[in-house]
Amino acid sequence: MDIKEIIKEENIVYKKTSVLTDKVMHYCPGCTHGVVHKLVAEVIEEMGLQEKTIGVSPVGCSVFLYDYIDIDWQEAAHGRAPALATGIKRLMPDKVVFTYQGDGDLAAIGTAETIHACNRDENIVVIFINNGIYGMTGGQMAPTTLPGMKASTCPFGREPGQDGHPLKITEIVAQLPGTTFVTRQACHTPAAVRKTKKVLKKAFENQINKRGTSFVEVVATCNSGWKMSPVKANEWMEENMFPFYPLGDIKDI
Amino acid sequence: MRELKLMKGNEAIAEAAIRCGTDGYFGYPITPQSEVMETLMAEQPWKTTGMVVLQAESEIASINMVYGGAGCGKKVMTSSSSPGISLMQEGLTYIAGAELPCVVVNVVRGGPGLGTIQPAQSDYFQAVKGGGHGDYKLITLAPASVQEMADFVELAFDLAFKYRNPAMILSDGVIGQMMEKVELKPQKPRMTEEEIIEKYGDWATTGKTRNRNRNIITSVELSSENMENFNHKLQAKYKKMQEEEVRYESINCDDAEYLLVAYGSSARICQKTVELARAQGIKVGLLRPITLFPFPEKPIHELAKQTKGILSVEMSAGQMVEDVKLSVNGITPVEHYGRFGGIIPSPAEVLEALKSNFLEG
Amino acid sequence: MTEEIIIAGFGGQGVLSMGKILAYSGVMQDLEVSWMPSYGPEMRGGTANVTVILSDDKISSPVLHEYDTAIILNQQSMDKFESHVKPGGILIYDGNGITHHPTRKDITIYRIDATEEAARMRSAKTFNMIVLGGYLKVNPVVKMENVIKGLKKSLPERHHHLIPMNEKAINRGMEIINKVE
Repeated sequence: MDIKEIIKEENIVYKKTSVLTDKVMHYCPGCTHGVVHKLVAEVIEEMGLQEKTIGVSPVGCSVFLYDYIDIDWQEAAHGRAPALATGIKRLMPDKVVFTYQGDGDLAAIGTAETIHACNRDENIVVIFINNGIYGMTGGQMAPTTLPGMKASTCPFGREPGQDGHPLKITEIVAQLPGTTFVTRQACHTPAAVRKTKKVLKKAFENQINKRGTSFVEVVATCNSGWKMSPVKANEWMEENMFPFYPLGDIKDI
Repeated sequence: MRELKLMKGNEAIAEAAIRCGTDGYFGYPITPQSEVMETLMAEQPWKTTGMVVLQAESEIASINMVYGGAGCGKKVMTSSSSPGISLMQEGLTYIAGAELPCVVVNVVRGGPGLGTIQPAQSDYFQAVKGGGHGDYKLITLAPASVQEMADFVELAFDLAFKYRNPAMILSDGVIGQMMEKVELKPQKPRMTEEEIIEKYGDWATTGKTRNRNRNIITSVELSSENMENFNHKLQAKYKKMQEEEVRYESINCDDAEYLLVAYGSSARICQKTVELARAQGIKVGLLRPITLFPFPEKPIHELAKQTKGILSVEMSAGQMVEDVKLSVNGITPVEHYGRFGGIIPSPAEVLEALKSNFLEG
Repeated sequence: MTEEIIIAGFGGQGVLSMGKILAYSGVMQDLEVSWMPSYGPEMRGGTANVTVILSDDKISSPVLHEYDTAIILNQQSMDKFESHVKPGGILIYDGNGITHHPTRKDITIYRIDATEEAARMRSAKTFNMIVLGGYLKVNPVVKMENVIKGLKKSLPERHHHLIPMNEKAINRGMEIINKVE
């Protein structure tokens, strides 16, 4: 059997979505970003939104997200993605607008922008990747770093009395009347990946139905920053992150 | 039929914004410019032209909402006063780096810090030298009347779109708070997406259609070579502005032996100084820069040749005087006279300063 | 003709709106006008003042340090602005609460007891219009018909029923202003 026979249409069981570009991702092996990027791209393709979606990428590891998903993009300053998304959506209410932000971006430097966009009923999707560490700058403490967890700026482990407490921003935005759907998921197993794709689809559907802010947190690994193998990082996440950041829908109205 | 109205400079900004077809305004209240957003909210342009008006949670959010809207190719603006403009510097350098057009109004008050709410011109450096990090410039217009507050909104948008560069209207508490007669232009419709693409090109994030590659609005570039090339491109743009966009007004300069250089409300005061000086037989002229960037270097240099002394008058400790000195390049003496912290100099004290610098001793 | 006026008193006395009506009247008479208020916290019950310039020519500086006419409505403003009237100029003041009366000999001084008159008319809000009437009597820079037009322009439509009362107050001010010899 030669290659041409193998790649026939009827033999295809899996295909990369065309909304994902062919650019090789710069992420470390084991990183959760690639999986979530793929899910976002698949949802955009399946919902037929490629021509009307505008993404807002953050500062952090996913700063070059616009290289990977084949839609129009704006690159925000650190933490300001929800403000950009507000400007875009208010001026072009018929387009589909989402932000994709890490924990430092969304829950530290951009806390005000996050909370106020959610509180204004901004009809956008906020995707929040929480791996409890600053990956891009080399493993510093994040607002979501767990107590006792080591990072380069808390090398002996986060000490809440000294370094502050991990911030459950997702629970905070769930309190706000402007959010319609707030959920926390992960991508550590095939089932979890499928579930995350389902909630992403729901979030985009909410926007099309003009239902206010949908907020999707994905608890993620950073095996480089955590200094673990990908497999070990997944285990560590299950043992340590999930008890503090429990998975599931927090608000769905 | 001319439509003459009596209104404050801040109100004129708002009315002109609606009438020139602005798509969006995002702002945060601060004295002495709060009338801009108050007027917009009272006019409710979203019911007529479809213009979006939103009170943001901070100046940081305002300027980033402007970034988002500008990235969509829309005519978007914000306004603030000095402390708020400081907060916007991050957004402004990103907007300049992403080559987006937008209009920012600064109704300047005295600083540093929380300072005073009274008028000042101490944000000159911040406006014309970039303001945030990196090598960039804002097109900077300095209105000296309520009429110019109105007229410069559209001019600022035109220049901003022509060069894909943020434009600042650098006003102050005097021009913002005073009322004068204004003639407002008739309502223009907002541009459609298609008109914007036809006029300014297809660079904005309006959704990636099949017939084009995706549009990406960004200022990040990790390759130093590419970043240097991009900076060369920016510098070429600023050079072109310097060649083509200088605007100024000269008053009684033809036979002037002494020259005042002043912008905005200081220029109004200096106009009176010229009257007082001429009544005393002293031949004084006034050059009023209308564009502070690009700065009217050549006209000032030319006038320096015929004058015995130049006084730069500002409500600051001496900022524009540096650009005046660079323009004059030593061929005639240049001095600074300023009051600051919210104090407005009187026409008579400016004349005294001119005399003590150049006519006495 | 150029008339440079400062109106100064307490916040709440209608200083700014009196200036506004004067400026609007100037617009109605096809004059160039500028109206430059003091602004900020002092508006909340402290001192308030406004510079109004009416002129046949383009107005240069909207901010001045000496005036053709000063209309002074409290002691603080008297202390601050008496010395800023141009020689040969006019000072008009309301006597209410004034302990140090103006002393200059090189200007013409008028007194108008508008606070008392407004109380007598049981209409405290027309105080500033009584003062305006007094000013227009001694210096009729704008015609009465243009003042009425100016009132209409500067008042929101829902307050237009108050115009006759304001006109009455202006006329009353014209009657009660007295030159201080």
